[in-house]
Amino acid sequence: MRSSAVKKLLPRLKSHTGLLILAMLSAVISISLTLLIPVLVGRAIDNIIAEGQVYFEAVAQIIIYIAAAVIGVTSCQWLMNFLVNLISFRLVRDLRRDVFRKFNTVPLSAIDTNPHGDLISRVINDVDAVGDGLTQLILQLFSGVVTIVGTLGFMLAIDWRIAIAVFLLTPMSLFLAAFIGRLTHRRFTEQQILQGEISSFVEEHVGNQRLVKAFSFEHRAFEGFDKYNDELQTVGFKAQFAGALANPSTRFVNALVYAAVGVFGAITVITGGLSIGGLSCFLTYANQYTKPFNEVTGVLTQLSTGIAAAERIFEVLEWADETPDKSSTPLENCKGSVKIEDVSFSYVPEKPLIKHFSLDVPSGCHVAIVGPTGCGKTTLINLLMRFYEVNEGRILLDGTDIRDLSRDALRRCYGMVLQDSWLFCGTIMENLRYGNENATDDEVIAAAKSAHAHSFIKRMPNGYDTEISEGGGNLSQGQKQLLCIARAMLTNPSVLILDEATSSIDTLTEIRVQKAFAKMMKGRTSFVVAHRLSTIKESDVILVMKDGNIIEQGNHEELLKKGGFYHTLYHSQFENK
Amino acid sequence: MLKLRRFLKGYTKEVIIGPLCKLFEAILELLVPLVMANIIDVGINEMHSVNYVLRMGGVLVLLAATGLTSALFCQYFASKASQGAGTAIRRALFRHINSLSHAELDRFGTPSLITRMTNDTNQVQQSIAMCIRLLTRAPFIIIGSLIMAVSINAQLAWIFFGAAVLIALTLYFVMNRSVPLYAAVQKKLDKIGLISRENLSGNRVIRAFSKQNTEKERIDAATEDLTRTSARVSMLSALLSPVTYLVTDCAIIAIVWFGAVNVNAGGMKTGDIVALVSYMTQILLAMVVVANLVILMTKSGASAKRINEVFETVPSVREEYYDYMPLHPSEDTPKIEFKNVSFNYSSNGDDELSGISFTVKRGQTVGIIGGTGSGKSTLISLIPRFYDANEGEVLVDGYNVRRYCFRQLRRQFGIVPQQSVLFSGTIRDNMKWRNPEASDGEINRALEIAQAAEFVNKLPRRLDSRVEQGGKNFSGGQRQRLCIARAIVSQPEILILDDSFSALDFATDAALRKALADNAKDTTVLIVTQRCSTIKNADLILVLSDGKLAGQGTHSELFENCEVYRDICLSQLSETEVAK
Repeated sequence: MRSSAVKKLLPRLKSHTGLLILAMLSAVISISLTLLIPVLVGRAIDNIIAEGQVYFEAVAQIIIYIAAAVIGVTSCQWLMNFLVNLISFRLVRDLRRDVFRKFNTVPLSAIDTNPHGDLISRVINDVDAVGDGLTQLILQLFSGVVTIVGTLGFMLAIDWRIAIAVFLLTPMSLFLAAFIGRLTHRRFTEQQILQGEISSFVEEHVGNQRLVKAFSFEHRAFEGFDKYNDELQTVGFKAQFAGALANPSTRFVNALVYAAVGVFGAITVITGGLSIGGLSCFLTYANQYTKPFNEVTGVLTQLSTGIAAAERIFEVLEWADETPDKSSTPLENCKGSVKIEDVSFSYVPEKPLIKHFSLDVPSGCHVAIVGPTGCGKTTLINLLMRFYEVNEGRILLDGTDIRDLSRDALRRCYGMVLQDSWLFCGTIMENLRYGNENATDDEVIAAAKSAHAHSFIKRMPNGYDTEISEGGGNLSQGQKQLLCIARAMLTNPSVLILDEATSSIDTLTEIRVQKAFAKMMKGRTSFVVAHRLSTIKESDVILVMKDGNIIEQGNHEELLKKGGFYHTLYHSQFENK
Repeated sequence: MLKLRRFLKGYTKEVIIGPLCKLFEAILELLVPLVMANIIDVGINEMHSVNYVLRMGGVLVLLAATGLTSALFCQYFASKASQGAGTAIRRALFRHINSLSHAELDRFGTPSLITRMTNDTNQVQQSIAMCIRLLTRAPFIIIGSLIMAVSINAQLAWIFFGAAVLIALTLYFVMNRSVPLYAAVQKKLDKIGLISRENLSGNRVIRAFSKQNTEKERIDAATEDLTRTSARVSMLSALLSPVTYLVTDCAIIAIVWFGAVNVNAGGMKTGDIVALVSYMTQILLAMVVVANLVILMTKSGASAKRINEVFETVPSVREEYYDYMPLHPSEDTPKIEFKNVSFNYSSNGDDELSGISFTVKRGQTVGIIGGTGSGKSTLISLIPRFYDANEGEVLVDGYNVRRYCFRQLRRQFGIVPQQSVLFSGTIRDNMKWRNPEASDGEINRALEIAQAAEFVNKLPRRLDSRVEQGGKNFSGGQRQRLCIARAIVSQPEILILDDSFSALDFATDAALRKALADNAKDTTVLIVTQRCSTIKNADLILVLSDGKLAGQGTHSELFENCEVYRDICLSQLSETEVAK
């Protein structure tokens, strides 16, 4: 599981092969020069013997070599750092783009069922963690490999037996580190989960401060928070301490190896197999050799966080996309006749929602859908727009099964205004043009006027160029809905879908907007979901839904005469005491 | 960063002993070369004794083991102190955030507060641990090496000081240039977060308008922008360690050259040069550690600043009295009274409410009606003191709301907000929000009145059914009914319904209002709505228009005299229906 994330990550480095080779080259140069400098310094010192016995010419010569090496080290080291960073930045960029693209290509159910905060955290925090881990991994890997190969070469030249012993013993420390890593992995996971729980607790209680205050819930919220917080302290302490064990333990093992080399080296010297100078050189290199191993465990936390994060990213990247479109030809001159044939649908198999539902909506017909909450009104809209696919039966637009159309072509025929009014950060003008980039300023203003949005837009500080803050914070719910309506009006659709589109607008404005809608709906098919029965009296067909089925169907007068569910629903609004 | 040091209180022992352990380990580490030198000088050269070598090997193992132990102690103390401080910071932050009023919370925004409580606190926590682990060792080595250098040759020691100053300057230069860039990187990252958030919340709209490609271009531009800026930062920060190497290596060259001159003149021995070079190398390694620490500290300094920003924010609505006050309202004391109240959210904007005056008697039902943005919700926020009026007075039971402590004031209220939000837990947990001691009987009665009993009883675990965050596992209408039930558990004195019937169909709406009227006779009810049928029978109707009271009275009075009200009614009902 853990290594599989790495396996998936590595192929992504392939497109950066050029940069990687350059970085590797810089690493080789800078590290071999770093190993060379002490040797040069030693040679210089050899030329400084005693008073009056200093060979300045030779010293000067060597100093020039040193200077050259220093310049080489400095520039190559900088280049290596920079290149490795650059590679990981680009990889991070590509990962972000891929995760983001998934958001718009997976079936909508994936977006509906996963907490958005968690998905965003994957795009931001997890991708960053992968980047950090990767930078460390490449840097350590490069400098580590070069250092190990370099020093090993020197050691082999001095005494191959001890060299092989060191070569084999030192990696033991890595096994120890890996063992500790496995022990701590669970604690880190636990910590990660608790962090998530704290985040959602804070999100709930800070995001809904109005309720917390209204119910004087603060002190009970503190208790709840403290419970998580204290637990995090315990778990966090264990995770941090356990994680921090790796580095001292590795260093301990390596110190033992060093001691062993010293002792056996010394014994070899005594028995006459090695010179003292050789031993001291050997010790220096043995020290250098163990360094990469110590350093790798020093960044172990970063690496394991990176791996955990990569797992979360690939989980999203492996989500199945929507089934591909069968054709890409746009639907010319859509007339807007909709036919629903024996459709069944449920979000979860255990809970069937819409059962064997059929409806024929000729072009230009106005359909209203009413019914108690949870009866499947919004679900019907989801199916019409192909946000969700029907389980059984089919839906036809102008006689074509909507699954044979491309989603783009299908959705271009629709104009949609939802209860949840969504606007993005940008100017009002940009938001209104969202569905129709080619609209002229005059067209935009005309649409805004007919949606009764023009007058309040005019009153904003910069009129149509006013920036909308995140989530439309500087607009009221009703104003947002008016903007969404204007936006839909600009697209000039064949079929209008209004899902509680006017729920937050006061009835005076609503009546005016309704008039604008009526003008726009003339000759177009429309589906209107509404609670307020006053707004749908004029519809051609009213569908009364209950528990996923249509229980009554007809126009306002017919349904009232029938004296059924609609009758009760309609009269309940005037009932008093 | 320093301002946060109060959270380390109680960890004095850890903060002192931790670094000392590390120092001890560092000293042990310095002993290793000496022992090795002994092995060579004494064991091989003088005594030629395998025995001595083995004994010294034993000493090395002992040193390593002691070093390991003291390193573990240091890690233990570092983990303990940093986690403790982190926990304390989170705890204090959460309490402080809960004391802030809406004006400040709106300014920060929930996502930003969450980041401050999680990421920023983690960053600070991590830097505390790093400080304990590393902050003593590096200065110890640097200062120690400098002292040794001076004792060997005071003249050449100047090279050391020169090198140290140069390295410090480099650190300063790089930091100075890169800190603003780090801020820019953070901003660009925030932008990516924003676009992602928009794409998730607006996923339906984006698909409906087939704008996937535009959104792709937006994220491509934003990620490219971030990559460029990050690359610029790394060009600078990648300079840090190479330049440190450059300076020290130049210093080594200088030591060799001037040392050579000195040796030639008989001022010092060759061995001294070797010693100086090795001290210089020690300094270099320590400096690299310091450089990394400095980077870490700048990052966590930024985090500490963001945390302090929260701590330094003073709530605009403050509790001025902390004790319950005795209340003896007489029969005719109005339950709620507004005296010429004006309010605006920011001092430069137009008044959100102006010159509002009205009185509500105990047990009355009040309807508040008006167009979008007319100030209905703002008006009711003033009664439980979510905001304070800028002018005029808001009174409850004859006392200005500022005279109450928060608890005494707010426990009188049952509030049903516009957006139906439930909290994760069970239904019972949610129903106990108003009164933690509420019995199941009380809860069931509230559910009954709120027309929620039927579906709750159909759930397999009834009151023990799980509620997911926000109440996502319930439909909009069910959620709204549960929110209403939550507000009326244990009979509040004042019930505020802020457009709380919007997700209910008319049949449920009517049944609910009837049950409320039958069961809560002593409760003063304020209903904010856009449906005039909802409030037709209210004892008092307030008609708001652009933040002003356009009229107050009963339905028939207002229908006669108030043009705004008549227009609203006629827009929803026919003439005969109005009269019904």
